[in-house]
Amino acid sequence: MNTEYLGVILMYVLTVVLAIPLGRYIAKVFNGEKTWLDFMAPLERLIFRFSGIDPKREMNWKQHLKAMLTINCLWLFYAFFSLLFQGHLPMNPDKNPGQTPDLAFNTAISFMTNTNLQDYSGETGVTYFTQSCVLMFLQFVSAATGIAAVLVVFKAMRDKVTDKLGNFWDLLVRSVTRLLLPLAFVVAIILAFNGTTTSYEGKATLMSLQGDTLHVSRGPAAAMIAIKQLGTNGGGWYGPNSAHPLENPNYLTNIVENVSIILIPIALVFALGYYLNRKKLAWVIFGVMTIGFLVMQVTSINAEVNGNPAIAHLGVSQPTGAMEGKEVRFGPAASAYWGICTTVTSNGSVNAMHDSMQPLSGLGQMFDMMINAFYGGVGVGYLNFYIFIIIAVFISGLMVGRTPEFMGRKVEAREMKIASLTALLHPFLILVGTALSCYILVHFPNINWAEKPSAWLNNPGYHGFSEMLYQFSSSSANNGSGFEGLGDNSIFWNVSAGIVMILARFLPIIGPVAIAGILANKKFIPESAGTLKTDTTTFGVMIFAVIIIIAALSFFPSLALGPLAEHFSLK
Amino acid sequence: MLVLLSGVYPLVIAGIGKLTPGHGDGVILTYKGRQVGFENVGQKFTKVQYFWSRPSAVDYNAAASGGSNKGPTNPDYLNKDVKGRIDTFLKYNPSVKKADIPAELVTASGSGLDPDLSPAGAKIQAARVAKVRGLSEQQVLALVDAHTEQPFLGLFGPPKVNVLKLNVALDELKK
Repeated sequence: MNTEYLGVILMYVLTVVLAIPLGRYIAKVFNGEKTWLDFMAPLERLIFRFSGIDPKREMNWKQHLKAMLTINCLWLFYAFFSLLFQGHLPMNPDKNPGQTPDLAFNTAISFMTNTNLQDYSGETGVTYFTQSCVLMFLQFVSAATGIAAVLVVFKAMRDKVTDKLGNFWDLLVRSVTRLLLPLAFVVAIILAFNGTTTSYEGKATLMSLQGDTLHVSRGPAAAMIAIKQLGTNGGGWYGPNSAHPLENPNYLTNIVENVSIILIPIALVFALGYYLNRKKLAWVIFGVMTIGFLVMQVTSINAEVNGNPAIAHLGVSQPTGAMEGKEVRFGPAASAYWGICTTVTSNGSVNAMHDSMQPLSGLGQMFDMMINAFYGGVGVGYLNFYIFIIIAVFISGLMVGRTPEFMGRKVEAREMKIASLTALLHPFLILVGTALSCYILVHFPNINWAEKPSAWLNNPGYHGFSEMLYQFSSSSANNGSGFEGLGDNSIFWNVSAGIVMILARFLPIIGPVAIAGILANKKFIPESAGTLKTDTTTFGVMIFAVIIIIAALSFFPSLALGPLAEHFSLK
Repeated sequence: MLVLLSGVYPLVIAGIGKLTPGHGDGVILTYKGRQVGFENVGQKFTKVQYFWSRPSAVDYNAAASGGSNKGPTNPDYLNKDVKGRIDTFLKYNPSVKKADIPAELVTASGSGLDPDLSPAGAKIQAARVAKVRGLSEQQVLALVDAHTEQPFLGLFGPPKVNVLKLNVALDELKK
């Protein structure tokens, strides 16, 4: 069998094999059981003492949300001003200037919300200080915020009639010290030994073999790359992300980085099973997610390996598939595999340029982000899925004529309203945003902005529309990848994407946490023969149907105008 | 937290990085005592006596890397960029049939710094390189084979040839 396919299969099998024990470990940590990383405990105590926090104080769901929003607000201001004035701050060997206010607004939000949409380029748009002390810091804590939020929901699902849902600060700190930091450490070391740069040296200048002058940007990249992969952040050190040969030097690092993308999202599904002691429910959820994931993978890998029909028309051969925007050392199969992994989770790192991929791959990537719950981002992926579960429970309840129940609690009008609004927010942001940008593009192509709307698009026709649709899908899914041909470092895109990211980050956390908090407070009804079982294949099919129907009805028309139309025009 | 995550953690990684082959600065190749480039960072080869590297959207500028981001159906891209590259390649490699040119030689990489070619992408240039340098084609093909890196563990991923290493070896062969 072809070594490219074997590589892809290895990556998936390795991920699942690692995710199951990691899931058990996560459940243990947050159950307060003993683990081998307990030597981190003094460090955690030091952090709590220093910041004057009592990690034992129990919070209810509203207090959790208040703590989360407060600290995120603080991070936002810190990031914004650091980026604005980075030109005057230390650790800037390449003398890069400060960001413009609209770019700093976009970048700060983007990293705080775990999106990592990068309208700048890593080599010129930021400094070693802002990369390490702002962006990398946010990559850790934004992932930890997601994990803390999902653990609140886990706890609310497990405990009977309670409003004591743990302490937000405790969950946040331990997500970092027990999970993200140790894993990132291991990944960073593997990368460093394979050629990813780690030192604080500035640009290198030397003469190439045939006599050209080379300037090569460098920097302490390995540490950041590890967490950007693990925390579904996606914001890389260098401009072209993990396509850059110093960011992702060989096939081994590609395996490690790619496994890191979906490792924690999958592990959290298993953690749910161990934590609630309902392993069957975890397997049903995993099954639904995996089916969706595999359908996308097969479509995209197939399209890339077979090459671009338009290139075939020009008379050259494509023995290694479609190669525009791809690296020889990864090949089309591993590039397509990464493309789907990075969009089903909210990672958004890339090892090939999505803008140049085949229309069906672009379709898969956008659809992944529109659903945003097949594995999903660290923590938040399950929160999105939780909304779909609640809707599926409600619809199934109506079909069999019983009051809908989930985990022994009645799901009633108030929860359903929150769930529906949360589910509708995502299509609303994407479609309204895209419509608005189309309107401006058509009616004000020469408006007096730094970058005129007529210069936004890098490609004409259907593909140009896809570039805009992709940008809003990516912002709203907090993904951060892009059809990077789009001229997105301009005031319209910086501001509109910034607003979309912030709404799409916090409302879908608030919704599920609120539902779970309200449900946890309700009377517990023990399961009986008449209860709708949620850990069965039938219910799995039901969730899958709900997801597809919601996504298809909301997004099919826009996808038909973009990638589908382009696909059918390719002959 | 900030001190731990942004100070201690990257410094420890940088410290460990000092132990790696490139000391964390990237691995640099030398030829005749002169530093000629980073092993992993592709560079431009346009002279006829060298194996050419892939087209690059940023002209192999490693301080502003990037891809072309051209869509698969973009008519300008297909009829100017790709077609132009095909014509140039045929002009300098007259013995090559158009249908044998692998697509990687007429398409730009994602980073613009792709350091590699597929074995096919290197071999198709062997006749030209051999002729310019006055070597036999067999000799050049053998050199390509010697520099072909097999898939990871022999099982996973595509095989590849590092263009810079191959060209350094070519220069060494001549002396």
